[in-house]
Amino acid sequence: MQQIINFLIRYKTFLLYIFLLLIAFVFTFQSHSYQQSKLLNSANYVSGSFYELSTNTTSYFKLREENKSLLKENETLRHQLYNKETTVISKIDTSLSYTVVTGQVVKNSFSNQRNYITINKGKTDNIAQDMGVITDKGILGIVENTSNAFASVQSILNDKSRINAKIKNSNHYGSLVWDTKSYTKVQLIDIPRLAPLGIGDTILTGASSSIFPENIPIGTISKFDLDSSKSFYFIDVALFNDMTNIKNVYIIQSLNRKEIIELELETQADD
Amino acid sequence: MISNSFLINLLRFTLLVLVQVLIFNRLNLFGYINPFIYVLFIYWYPVKKNRTTFLIVSFLLGFFIDVFSDTLAINAAATATIAYFRPVIMRFVFGVNYEFQSFKLNSITKAQQFTFLALLIVIHHVTYFTLEIFSFANSLLILQKTLMTGLASLVLCLLFISLFSTKKE
Repeated sequence: MQQIINFLIRYKTFLLYIFLLLIAFVFTFQSHSYQQSKLLNSANYVSGSFYELSTNTTSYFKLREENKSLLKENETLRHQLYNKETTVISKIDTSLSYTVVTGQVVKNSFSNQRNYITINKGKTDNIAQDMGVITDKGILGIVENTSNAFASVQSILNDKSRINAKIKNSNHYGSLVWDTKSYTKVQLIDIPRLAPLGIGDTILTGASSSIFPENIPIGTISKFDLDSSKSFYFIDVALFNDMTNIKNVYIIQSLNRKEIIELELETQADD
Repeated sequence: MISNSFLINLLRFTLLVLVQVLIFNRLNLFGYINPFIYVLFIYWYPVKKNRTTFLIVSFLLGFFIDVFSDTLAINAAATATIAYFRPVIMRFVFGVNYEFQSFKLNSITKAQQFTFLALLIVIHHVTYFTLEIFSFANSLLILQKTLMTGLASLVLCLLFISLFSTKKE
């Protein structure tokens, strides 16, 4: 007994080190496989407020630029609206399938393997996990964790990200992943060989995603090749979004998502 | 009684977290280089203090950085590692005389200062990027990131050290 105690006292620093390392590993690997740990994300009150404070200060200097980009978006939307053949006088629409909330980025990151973006909307604005986040140019990511006033978004520049996407004017769809190499490019995989495609084709979100509406722009094909099985394409997609410069975002809630997931689970259970 | 050294370390801790998170995590030199200057805390921490406290404080420092930058607990692991290995590195760089009472960090030569800091940074960055990338297939990427980010961290840390050095010329 004496010897055991002596041993513990003698190696207490080493044991403490191992213990701390173990804690760090648990936090790290538990979230590799499943959700990011609830504690360790920047959507908590303290870090969220700090980031908001710093963004409030710096964003003042970019107001002119922001104004321009918002005007431009308005212009595009108006253009679409006036060119609709029949003006849509919407009936009292009970079948809305998406609601949109605006928000602002308070922390962006794009140089890690797993990048997360923090936005200034949270539970009090009805933001919840698995809502889609887009900008006026294209998709940005999926909400992963929320606190009362903030949410952390798993960016498409994250090696855990998998988003359903398709080529414009075709219904061949695949998964959008990131090879962590460049923040201007993501990869589209699992598009079958027989799909017609060319460099410069537009990539949009697909219909089988229950998070994003269909046809949200993502980017254009910059390079494509067959993968090792020779039956699927491996496509490099140049993003429309400049991932290093993002301010205003839209958070999309799909009102049908719950129903879709329940239906899918039911069908799987029947098999 | 709260000692002077406690206050200094607390202030240093807070300032380093804020500077790291608000400035250096957003630097993105050449697109991906974000220097880690909070390693300076380990460099500046008093030599004579209790090792257990030192380990726990270092772990907490890394942990705070992690919470701010969404990196799980990778910084915490890397910081605890260099805190644990600091005495070994010190013995290697300064010889046995660092254990004497008269030893002071600002009385060492430039070469010793450089080696000590460089070793801390190399160990920290290797641990960090190994955990971040987590596959040996990408060991080249780990080396490349360690080298590039390490150089940037080293240069910035040296600048900070000379900026806040208390040595009288």
